[in-house]
Amino acid sequence: MTEPLLEVTDLQVSFGDVPAVRGAGLRLMPGERVAVVGASGSGKSTTAHAVMGLLPGAGRVTGGRISFRGEDITHAGEKRLCALRGRQIGLVPQDPMSNLNPVARIGRQVAETLVAHGLASRREAKDRAVEILAEAGLPDPGRRARQYPHEFSGGMRQRVLIAIGLACRPDLLIADEPTSALDVTVQRQILDHLEKLTQDLGTALLLVTHDLGLAADRADHVVVMSEGKVVEAGPARQILTAPDHDYTKRLVAAAPSLTTTPPRDRRTAEPVLEVVGVSKEYRIRGGGGALRAADDVSFTVQRGQTTAIVGESGSGKTTTAHMVLGLVTPTAGTIRLNGTDGTRRGRRRAMQAVFQDPYGSLDPMFTVERLITEPLRIFGIGDRASRRARVSQLLDQVGLSPAMAQRYPNELSGGQRQRVAIARALAPEPRLVVCDEAVSALDVLVQDQILRLLENLQRELGLSYLFISHDLAVVRSIAHDVVVMRGGRVVEQGPVGQVLDSPADPYTRQLLDAIPGATVFS
Amino acid sequence: MARYLFHRLWQSALTLVLASIIVFIGVRALPGDPALAMAGEEADPATVAAVRAELGLDESIVVQYLKFMGNAVVGDFGKSIRTGTPVSEMLGATLPVTIQLAIYAMLIALLLGLATGVVAAVFRGRWPEWTANGFSLFALSVPTFWLGILAVLYLSVQLGWFPASGYVSPFEHPLRGVYYLTLPALILGLTHAAVVQRQTRSSMVETLTADFVRTARAKGLGRAAVIFRIGLRNSLIVVTTIVGLQLGGLIAGAVVTERIFSLPGIGKLTLDSVFTRDYPVIQAVVLVITAAYIVINLLVDFLYTVIDPRMRVSGRTS
Repeated sequence: MTEPLLEVTDLQVSFGDVPAVRGAGLRLMPGERVAVVGASGSGKSTTAHAVMGLLPGAGRVTGGRISFRGEDITHAGEKRLCALRGRQIGLVPQDPMSNLNPVARIGRQVAETLVAHGLASRREAKDRAVEILAEAGLPDPGRRARQYPHEFSGGMRQRVLIAIGLACRPDLLIADEPTSALDVTVQRQILDHLEKLTQDLGTALLLVTHDLGLAADRADHVVVMSEGKVVEAGPARQILTAPDHDYTKRLVAAAPSLTTTPPRDRRTAEPVLEVVGVSKEYRIRGGGGALRAADDVSFTVQRGQTTAIVGESGSGKTTTAHMVLGLVTPTAGTIRLNGTDGTRRGRRRAMQAVFQDPYGSLDPMFTVERLITEPLRIFGIGDRASRRARVSQLLDQVGLSPAMAQRYPNELSGGQRQRVAIARALAPEPRLVVCDEAVSALDVLVQDQILRLLENLQRELGLSYLFISHDLAVVRSIAHDVVVMRGGRVVEQGPVGQVLDSPADPYTRQLLDAIPGATVFS
Repeated sequence: MARYLFHRLWQSALTLVLASIIVFIGVRALPGDPALAMAGEEADPATVAAVRAELGLDESIVVQYLKFMGNAVVGDFGKSIRTGTPVSEMLGATLPVTIQLAIYAMLIALLLGLATGVVAAVFRGRWPEWTANGFSLFALSVPTFWLGILAVLYLSVQLGWFPASGYVSPFEHPLRGVYYLTLPALILGLTHAAVVQRQTRSSMVETLTADFVRTARAKGLGRAAVIFRIGLRNSLIVVTTIVGLQLGGLIAGAVVTERIFSLPGIGKLTLDSVFTRDYPVIQAVVLVITAAYIVINLLVDFLYTVIDPRMRVSGRTS
């Protein structure tokens, strides 16, 4: 029997006195692909970083054993780790935007690792870097190697990071959420390429991800982590189709990409929002010309229903949402919100928004009560006592305890914050709620809870949603109608079942195919 | 890039013209009549009028300003009321001293500040950081003039390590020149070193926790390479801003330092001419200092584009 490449047994990691990993174990054979799956805070990334000796700040391994090719590296010295890092164990980090040194040329950042491990002289490394970048699928690598990170798109940066990770031909590549920040179609290209490269080079892959579907698509073995512990491990297909542990079951059930569309009843046909031929042009600074962020966009939102706008970055979906909200003035076209007096103030009141980042969209200096009553105070609704009663009612509606009213946002979890954001949106009794990527920053289980909450609120209060998302799977689980956008234009629209089950446009097809895990059940 | 350069130069020229107007009017708004001061309190009105005509003060302020600027452009700032020497000659004699002092002090500030700043950031929460922070707290809170006097008393008079005063041109006697300037530059640079230290420390602490630093470590780069090539290099962007702002302050600080060490610099010239109401000199000195500020700012802006590739304004984008 061959020796395992990496073996982690009963690993314990603490940050100060706070345990982050409490008994993680996994084993990776040479050339094998293993995925570690879990929600944020499950300890999956911490485990991966512990393997490389890259725990941040006060992080310490307090127990267990990490062995690489039979060598115990649990408490290896910095010198030994430096020799291992990059050379034997490569890393592809999570966020392509923040993981490249902004002041160094791309080529140099690749060459650096070759020189550090004595694989090439400075001069040789320069040419070698261009070859490696070409291998990672970077077009025009000779010219690109002389550029800086800010001249690269997210997908291209991620290719550079893959090039760096594989530059020294390591035996093990740790990929920590390598594509979470990218659009689905780009994600697919990158993962395909990564898969091909690791296969050609015989590199073992430790894939850290929150996405069960992605894990199932890309790994032989899946390790599920929750609250610092491994709760289940086994062959990928088995974990997804026949999960054993309760947590895994919940995870599989909540993953939007792995479920099928529940039928949605469509009774009313009374439009709340009518957008007709709306365009937005931005003049390009310096160079002249104009950028059409949105081009002749038309759609409607029916009362008590959800219309989703789906598209990748740059598709114009957010610009469209901002025009609906009146935050951006359209260059052409009309936006009608029925049942309001037509004044800007009236429109604002009838239309509320929930944004993506629950950490950024709530003022950290306000209590929950003040956050929720703010729109009431602005629109002069009720008096102090009635507002207070309304806060309790709203908190109850979004599934939070009224006792939370006196808390500050930093005392709440991400899901709780998003519930507060929803409560605030509901406060002035709007007709339309615009959800701009409202569940994109949340973990699968929390995301599912928030989606169900939105659904229930819609049923109870007859709310209409304009739901902006990049995630077709999420859209499938919440929307009645869907508008697919690309490059500022609507490429396709119609009822969810029709568009997603038998797409007419090839781009929609492409988006659907790119959803990870879609093939597991088919 | 050329367009940006032209734009910035044009902006700087405009700023300088506006500054010169303010200086010109400001000096004339000072109480007291220069002609009267020059002719003497006892002089009869005819003499005062003659002096006034000689100084060109009988013309309208617009004409006066245009004449002044016309001459200033070719380096003629008029003559000192006090000594009759051309102001440009006085500037020529004193300006190099101050520039040398300022550059030397800035070098000391950078050396001390960057070194202690990096140490404080790398050894966060341990004694080297406390020592470095203690140094900067001391240097910031002790006034320069007091520290200067103490340094002269102990380091020069008692221990005899440094000359207590005087200036030797480093162009004539390089070693002696530098030696004579060392103590003043050290005293002048100390406060600025403290500011550089604080800025470097906080900027480094932030950079060292950045994702790209972790990525660099994951590549197998050694500690020194990570700290200096990646950490310090990125921190310099913030430090440059501070240094640029400080260079201006350094000239103001030079006034005090030059006084303590009796250096024949522009600071001493300013003080002397303010006490004697030597308007042409004050005017010229303020204008030169303003120009220095503007030039330094311009240099810092260009330095940014060298340090931070994201600041390079060009048509070449991906």
